[in-house]
Amino acid sequence: MRADPADYRLVSPGNLQAVLSLMAAEPAQWLPIAGGTDVMVLYSAGKLANRKLINIWNIQELRQIEVFPESMRIGAACTYTALREHEVVAREFPLLATAASWTGGIANQNRGTLGGNIANASPAADSLPALLVYDAELTLISERGERCVAYRTFHTGYKQTALAPDELIRSISLPRRFSGYFSHARKVGARNAQAISKVCLAGLGQIAGGAIRDVRLALGSVAPVPLRLSETEHMLVGKQIEPSLMEIVKKRVTQEISPIDDIRSTARYRTAVAANLVAECMEKLAAAGAKA
Amino acid sequence: MKSSTETTAKCEILFTVNGEAVKVLAHPMERLLDVLRNELGLTGAKEGCGEGECGSCAVLLDGMLVNSCLVPVAQIGGANIVTIEGVSAHALIKLLQEAFLECGGTQCGICTPGMILAAVHLLEKQAEPALAEIREGLSGNLCRCTGYMQIFEAVERAAQRRVAQ
Repeated sequence: MRADPADYRLVSPGNLQAVLSLMAAEPAQWLPIAGGTDVMVLYSAGKLANRKLINIWNIQELRQIEVFPESMRIGAACTYTALREHEVVAREFPLLATAASWTGGIANQNRGTLGGNIANASPAADSLPALLVYDAELTLISERGERCVAYRTFHTGYKQTALAPDELIRSISLPRRFSGYFSHARKVGARNAQAISKVCLAGLGQIAGGAIRDVRLALGSVAPVPLRLSETEHMLVGKQIEPSLMEIVKKRVTQEISPIDDIRSTARYRTAVAANLVAECMEKLAAAGAKA
Repeated sequence: MKSSTETTAKCEILFTVNGEAVKVLAHPMERLLDVLRNELGLTGAKEGCGEGECGSCAVLLDGMLVNSCLVPVAQIGGANIVTIEGVSAHALIKLLQEAFLECGGTQCGICTPGMILAAVHLLEKQAEPALAEIREGLSGNLCRCTGYMQIFEAVERAAQRRVAQ
């Protein structure tokens, strides 16, 4: 049943301190809302448990993108459009720019935010595998202070996160040391636009002396959380990318993932596609290595 | 089931719609789409899916294309909203209307307001988009009649004519 707006509160404190004070006073009661591309969908369907919402769309501190010599810090309420239009994101973090372009259509990219995507914690979210391979670090903030957590430890289970009830994601930091890497992103969905992924991949790699020097792989929609393929990566380092490696890689990937059947796909299809996407990424990495 | 009997007071929200200052009294979580249609009588924005998938409720919010079904009205205090009714004076509109007519870009018409606004938003950013860019610019707008090719062709034609002018 559709929600009745009279049952919901939405306050706009207008600055970060006031938002955090309210969240500290009544932990877990206030649901932050930025562009609303997730929250409003639940709300309209009458499925939003929280009755109290707090507007963070207009908090300018959360909308900045800052570039430092060693890293880049993205405010949690930066939109996909802001990411796509940012020169350093496009040049040094192409996997993130590509994932932003996959997310919804233009109207949703104008409102959807990176912090919202992280907090929503869907294992199918397109931008999250990119954050995993780029070694993102999150700054979480509450009235108690700030803390930094490695993004790879943030998702603790299906739709579960390390966020405390009074905490907000403030920013996402990316180290600027991947611009020399080969990168490859691929999404498989029912259609190109507006479709949630059946499987998506973000991959980075470096070839030295004909062998894999470093490789970083992450997949969406193959586990309860966005998944970094640490075991597959470990197995690949030092190897030459030859046809005989492909079957071994595919087998390793299928052992590392745990996809399910759901409305968008089946575990069997996801397993086959995930393995193929990683093999394709390795083939492209080999081709890029041969050219270099 | 309602967890409490507490209901929220309506609040006054001031913003601009199609160049005119308006003041509405609404619950803060009311959707911009409902306020436009029910309070302001602007029924050009349509409700298709109600979950940001179809683009038929698209409007321009401070120049940005957004789905008005996903915008709570409390977030638009002081903002400048342009709906399909408000773009009639836009320099691109005559060109888009003619091209949509010529190419068969409209059938049932439900998607058309959103398609036109998405096209305006795209052509304001890029004067001469390639076909792939037109496809992307309109990718958040679903049409169940045309099969899209006529719409892409119409936007391409309007863009070419504007550049030629």
